[in-house]
Amino acid sequence: MSHHDPNGNAIEIEGLTKRFGDLVAVDDVDLTARTGTVLGLLGPNGAGKTTVVRMLATLSEPTAGTARVGGYDIVRHAPQVRSLIGLTGQFAGIDELLTGEENLRFIGRLLGMPTKDARARANELLAQFNLSDAADKPAKAYSGGMRRRLDLAASLVGRPRILFLDEPTTGLDPRARGELWGLVRDLVADGTTVLLTTQYLEEADQLAHEIVVIDRGKVIATGTPTQLKAKIGGQTLRIQPEDHDRLDDLRDLVAQRHPGLEPMVEAGAITIGVNDDNVMPALAADLRDRGIALTEFHLGLSSLDEVFLTLTGRRTETDEPENATEEPAT
Amino acid sequence: MTAATIEAPAAGRPGPGETVRQTLSMAWRQMVRIKHNPFELVDLSLSPIMFLLLFVYVFGGQMAGSTSEYLQYVLGGLIAQNAIFLTMYTGTGINADLRKGVYDRFRSLPIARSAPLAGKIFADLFKQVWSIAIMLGLGLLMGFELRNVAGALLATVVVVVFALAISWVSVLMGVLADSEEKVQIYAFVVIMPLTFTSSAFVNVNTMPGVLRHWANVNPVTHLADAMRGLLSAGPIAQPLMWTAVWAAAILVVTAPLAMHAYRKKMV
Repeated sequence: MSHHDPNGNAIEIEGLTKRFGDLVAVDDVDLTARTGTVLGLLGPNGAGKTTVVRMLATLSEPTAGTARVGGYDIVRHAPQVRSLIGLTGQFAGIDELLTGEENLRFIGRLLGMPTKDARARANELLAQFNLSDAADKPAKAYSGGMRRRLDLAASLVGRPRILFLDEPTTGLDPRARGELWGLVRDLVADGTTVLLTTQYLEEADQLAHEIVVIDRGKVIATGTPTQLKAKIGGQTLRIQPEDHDRLDDLRDLVAQRHPGLEPMVEAGAITIGVNDDNVMPALAADLRDRGIALTEFHLGLSSLDEVFLTLTGRRTETDEPENATEEPAT
Repeated sequence: MTAATIEAPAAGRPGPGETVRQTLSMAWRQMVRIKHNPFELVDLSLSPIMFLLLFVYVFGGQMAGSTSEYLQYVLGGLIAQNAIFLTMYTGTGINADLRKGVYDRFRSLPIARSAPLAGKIFADLFKQVWSIAIMLGLGLLMGFELRNVAGALLATVVVVVFALAISWVSVLMGVLADSEEKVQIYAFVVIMPLTFTSSAFVNVNTMPGVLRHWANVNPVTHLADAMRGLLSAGPIAQPLMWTAVWAAAILVVTAPLAMHAYRKKMV
């Protein structure tokens, strides 16, 4: 319907800064999101991700710097920005007492749709988000995944061209998370630009065309998921022997064959960080030769913690204590 | 590189007509909440019923010689007091919604900044009408002699208009306070003395000097006198005029302050 420049940027941020008293929550951040793509803002709790989103969504004014959303300045043209965006946050964006259908119809009416259109749009979204069966149940009866879907649906009532998703899957189980990812991909396929904040490298890897890593309010890395993974060497191989007693054999084998890798033992398995694509097949052959039977042999993306260790030389400060103690000191 | 201006309905600031419509949509949401949680209305009815029964049957004989005499006097005052107390819930509700982040979505939508607050106040006026109906109904059962139906209707309008103005004080507290409890404490410390140092329950001429002078200008005195005049007996025009002056003054001062505090809150 629109004929905007496909090479244009839906979001442009220059020198964006936000101070709360002495605390610099967002510190001189530059970033751009090309129209029709997903920009992933990756960082631990307290990195400033939500503060960036709140400023872009016109909920909070920057202390310094500028940002344009859909070409409109977020301070001078806040009403225009609001007419282009949708926001799904970690907050209670839906009314628990209202049914799913009423929640969506309410937003439609608020946006000036005639009652009939608001009802039709609500039903359309409920169907699209697989919530039609629960349309007449109060939102407080919804599961965590259903609630997030309803919240996302609520942000889409006005068909925004630019969508802010603030940690949309935090606290969801893997299945609900996968469902939400699918919905986001559909929206992007329809041309929506998405800015997604997340604490999960996997989520950014799955959805984002470009990832910006932020820490303590500052951008510490930018790139495509592939570039970023190459930079941080970001894969972890986890090997669990069937027989627990063979854990030491396993560790010795890895240490002997791949001296640089420093295997660490945790919860009956060993994990090694790998950069080299040949390590996994080589190890598989060695293990077969030694006759060590396995219950798990899994190559996965590094956790955010490992990304941070590589980029900043320190752990994320808000990590769970049990995760922190599992890792060796560096 | 310049950002492409996306050709979507990039509307500017909403006009007055749209603001009113958005406020009504906000109020609609509050009404639907009551539909799903009708117990709220029962909760809302308990305090006025208790106050009316206790004041009339416990104090009535001592205050006015007979409970029926005192009922004629105090019903208007109790309606005034209850209306002012009720406005506290507007502030506590807004405070809770602000802290839970309910307003974040509203503020990201292309709607008037004032619509969420005004919608809440507007919907709470329905609770005012409900409470007045409960008190008038119970009063009639207890033997209250109503001046006339027109008086009762006008009294309802007056209370609602006054509550509308004083709600902004509550909104201001709701926006500024960092917890619901603080809104309640503040409201209690202000509303309790304000309503008791008036003609709501007793004739102000029995009060000592300074207090009497205060009671004579207290907005609650004018509101209570207006209620009494409209519902039972006594002068109407003068207390009505002073009630209107007070309501306008409170509205003009506190509504912009509350809106300013609300805008500042988003920084």
